[in-house]
Amino acid sequence: MQRLECLRAIYDQLDGCLVVTIMGAVACELQSLGHKPNFFYLQHAMGLGSSMGLGLALCLPQQKVVVFDGDGSILMNLGGYTTMARYRPKNLVHVVFDNESLLSVGGFPTATSTGSDLEGVARASGIARTGTVRTMEEFARVFKDAMQASELTSIVAKVDAVGPKGYVTELALLENRFQFKRHIEKSTTETRRHGETMK
Amino acid sequence: MPVSLTNSGVVYHALKKCGIGLVSALPETWLVHLIRMAEDDPQMILVRLAKEEEGVGISAGAHFAGVKSAMLMQNHGFLASINGIVSLAQLYRIPLLMLISYRGHFGERDPWQTQGGGATEPLLRALGIPYSFLDDPAKVEKRIAEAQTWAYSSLHPAALLLTRELMWEEPA
Repeated sequence: MQRLECLRAIYDQLDGCLVVTIMGAVACELQSLGHKPNFFYLQHAMGLGSSMGLGLALCLPQQKVVVFDGDGSILMNLGGYTTMARYRPKNLVHVVFDNESLLSVGGFPTATSTGSDLEGVARASGIARTGTVRTMEEFARVFKDAMQASELTSIVAKVDAVGPKGYVTELALLENRFQFKRHIEKSTTETRRHGETMK
Repeated sequence: MPVSLTNSGVVYHALKKCGIGLVSALPETWLVHLIRMAEDDPQMILVRLAKEEEGVGISAGAHFAGVKSAMLMQNHGFLASINGIVSLAQLYRIPLLMLISYRGHFGERDPWQTQGGGATEPLLRALGIPYSFLDDPAKVEKRIAEAQTWAYSSLHPAALLLTRELMWEEPA
């Protein structure tokens, strides 16, 4: 299973969500499918993609938040699973693309290549809704279910250790940062206005 | 416990007055009252962390969500957060407000705090993070407000050092 194909399969479901990715192949490949103002690529700070998603999810409980994480990143912040589990925001979907390697720095194997089980860590941390998937069909089904569920979900998607040739994209980091912020300001104002007219 | 309840209250009140809606924290002796105040406040989102660096990500998320936040941590927690501070908060211009308990400075009796005490200010300076001291209850509110104002106008982390003078009351 390839990460790019996984992203392609669920790309249309990302409208209306806030999406946070980690650096490297995930950021590059999502941008290759088409950048949108609701996508933020955390192009460093390995391990903190999930923490940022948690902060967004806790502060915007009506807003679905999707984090595309990786094995190398989450291994730097395994404690983050326990924090997500502690607050279990219903609106957070955490996906780890596990290629068992640090692909962008030469493909050195991570601990998931020698048996460390990230879904097991997630579950043992207290996240009740978890899954590990190995085929496109499973991924598409489990992701769709997670998006419809009102429960924190952590999915480990086992993918091939393949990615793009380079990792620098046209989108400047700060351009992405300010665009994402403006997008949220606009969408929360609209939600508020809509909420007022509903009364 | 000789941690000042009164001055912890002064700090908490100042955070509330600045519109802080989320605090991330990892317990340490000087912060116990502050964390309990956040816990008892239904208007405050308190995020208890496994490691302080997570708080940088959580505060960044809060900033994007339009919620003002503060990190409560010991100076060793600041040391543990440096990569996140540099490669998220500074790289992406996040107005991170850090309240750091300044352990290991003069008056410290715990030998294990002393090395971190000596490293705190040099590291803040090396990172170009401006800081001021919370040492006088009469000036706490003003100093926190000014640090937050600067963090937002510069879009950069700012630090406040909680000192022994403010936080600790020697038992009679």
